[in-house]
Amino acid sequence: MSNTLDIRNLNVSVAERQILKNFSLTVPKGEVHALMGPNGTGKSTLAKALSGHEDYAVISGEALLDGENIIGAEPDAIARAGLFMAFQYPSEIPGVTIANFIRAALVARQPKGAPFDAKAYYARLYEKMDALKMDRKFTSRSVNEGFSGGEKKRCEILQMMMLEPKYAIMDETDSGLDIDALRIVADGVNKMRGPDIGILVITHYQRLLDYIVPDKVHVMYDGKIVRSGDKDLALELEKKGYDWVKEEVAIA
Amino acid sequence: MSNTISEHDTDVLADDTTSAAIDIDREKGNFHYKEDYAYDAGIGLSPEVIDYVTKVKGEPEWVREFRHKALKIFESKPLPTHWATRDLETINFDEIRYYLAKGQKPSRTWEEVPDDVKETFERLGIPEQERRFLAGVEAQFDSESAYSRMKEELTKQGVIFVNPTEGLKEHADVFRKYFGKVIPAGDNKFAALNSAVFSGGSFIYVPKGVKVAQPLQAYFRINAENFGQFERTLIIADEGAEVTYMEGCTAPKFETATLHSAVVELVALKGAKIQYITVQNWSNNVFNLVTKRGVAEEGAEIRWIDCNIGSRLTMKYPGVVLKGQHSRGEVISIALASDGQHQDTGAKMIHAASNTTSNIVSKSISVGQGRATYRGQVTIPKAFSHCKNNTECDALLINTNSRTDTYPAITVRGANNSTQHEASVSKVSAEQIFYMQQRGLSEGEAMSLAVNGFINDLVKEFPMEYSVELKRLIELEMEGSVG
Repeated sequence: MSNTLDIRNLNVSVAERQILKNFSLTVPKGEVHALMGPNGTGKSTLAKALSGHEDYAVISGEALLDGENIIGAEPDAIARAGLFMAFQYPSEIPGVTIANFIRAALVARQPKGAPFDAKAYYARLYEKMDALKMDRKFTSRSVNEGFSGGEKKRCEILQMMMLEPKYAIMDETDSGLDIDALRIVADGVNKMRGPDIGILVITHYQRLLDYIVPDKVHVMYDGKIVRSGDKDLALELEKKGYDWVKEEVAIA
Repeated sequence: MSNTISEHDTDVLADDTTSAAIDIDREKGNFHYKEDYAYDAGIGLSPEVIDYVTKVKGEPEWVREFRHKALKIFESKPLPTHWATRDLETINFDEIRYYLAKGQKPSRTWEEVPDDVKETFERLGIPEQERRFLAGVEAQFDSESAYSRMKEELTKQGVIFVNPTEGLKEHADVFRKYFGKVIPAGDNKFAALNSAVFSGGSFIYVPKGVKVAQPLQAYFRINAENFGQFERTLIIADEGAEVTYMEGCTAPKFETATLHSAVVELVALKGAKIQYITVQNWSNNVFNLVTKRGVAEEGAEIRWIDCNIGSRLTMKYPGVVLKGQHSRGEVISIALASDGQHQDTGAKMIHAASNTTSNIVSKSISVGQGRATYRGQVTIPKAFSHCKNNTECDALLINTNSRTDTYPAITVRGANNSTQHEASVSKVSAEQIFYMQQRGLSEGEAMSLAVNGFINDLVKEFPMEYSVELKRLIELEMEGSVG
């Protein structure tokens, strides 16, 4: 119950069209799960619905974060409860530097009026940036403004490292990345792996999984998981393509 | 077993934080003391009121004549509602009190200030600010200055920092030479009104080559209901002199409208620099109708840094007349219009010599049903060359019913002059807010971060003490704006 992100029979619709259909999945702390599937099967819908986006209406079901249902809570309350989503398309926030943004996110997690240790903050920020091979100058740039695809994703990983969530969902973090950027992002995720975090990596392609080796692989189709297995499932999928899954679902 | 973070719980939390936040902000200036005035010109405007003010203040005949002439101009000019908002018509000039004073001479030491006035300014943080970073302070309570003090070394250098009544009596030569010359009484209806009934404000003279390192500050406070405050400020920086002046203002919230109509004239002689900083935080019942203009002689520089957060209606277009070659004018303006507010602000740049440069950067934020209007006038006549103007105006809309208007009027003639104008309107998107919320910021915190980001480059222009205060005010405004 606790120490898991437990998604139970989640039904979600977007603009009155049902996308997730009785979706269930359990991600325990200490594990990395990959969620794969063809475009339009509801992978990103899952990420947005769990994060509390108002456009994603949960019809029924629940999602227990260490035993607490997060469905129906405000996005910021869910985030503070320990769920982090790395966005596929992170928003730009003109005029707000990365350093100030992460600082504001950390302050939001403190009791109101509690002092903030700026010195320790910068020490930790620089340490994480070094780990991600990010230039120090990066912190004074506005969040995502004028960033390349790779810089945006690296910025997401940096935020994740700084906020130390209990569970992280990487929503197609690999899309639009060249191989070098992909390696750096994967490296960041691998550094975060450990007993205190459960990670769900959403991806369309198997290639990210060459760098982030998952404990479990789930294949999603038409709003639910149709197959689960170990990392070999991803390789099988790569070989046979998604049509194989579609055919199997059709037969069943 | 499942606990629930319900929507209800987080809502309650957000509301508590929000209302707590607003309490600190708007309530900061929202208090007033018993009205107990030795001098009261009564209600309404007439030649008798002017004679009363002149007599109480013991002014010379030329000032009395100046005031009477101005009253006639005021009465003859219609309200400018052919271009300005018709909200002006709700001002009832017959119900306003034009002069209220306790009969005090401005105290030179804090201890001498009357207790209720002292308490007012202590609540607003004036004595600390003076100790911390100011070179001089003038604190005006209704019509007259209650406290005025400047660092001794500046007095020794010949710097004058007094109220205009003292200025026109004690420093008549220099006062009279420039008074009403940058903004004549006939400039507009409200400049005429100010010229007729002006009281309080500052008169500053900085002698040749004297550079005043720390800012001089004036603090304007309205305490009485149905009152009109008409301060008049004249700043003269002699050749090569430099000075920064800051003004702040508050008033309690009354049921009825209060009028604040100031005139500020700046004169920067050859090579001088004047920087004038305003943080306007009047309560939402104040009509703030202000005329501000400076004349820059050869190689001089005038910068207006103007921030409007309060008032019901503000109409203010700080201007620079670039009279000498190589002079430079700048207006940096931030306006925040919340529900029930109309910030009608802008800038005027009149190029009156060759090789002059002007720069206007205006950013406005409209929240809820708030309305922000930008009006700009840039004139570069054919007779001059190598004049440059740059205008940027950016508007940010927070809600779908927020409103912004832009009226730039740019006239550039002649072959070797250039102007550049950029304008943008943007909205804080739902996706931006969601992104920030996903990082743990509440909706209000997310909104205020986005707004602070929007004006971040301009806030840097304010002195440290003010930019911190400004960011805080905006945060509080924004937290209150999301429901």
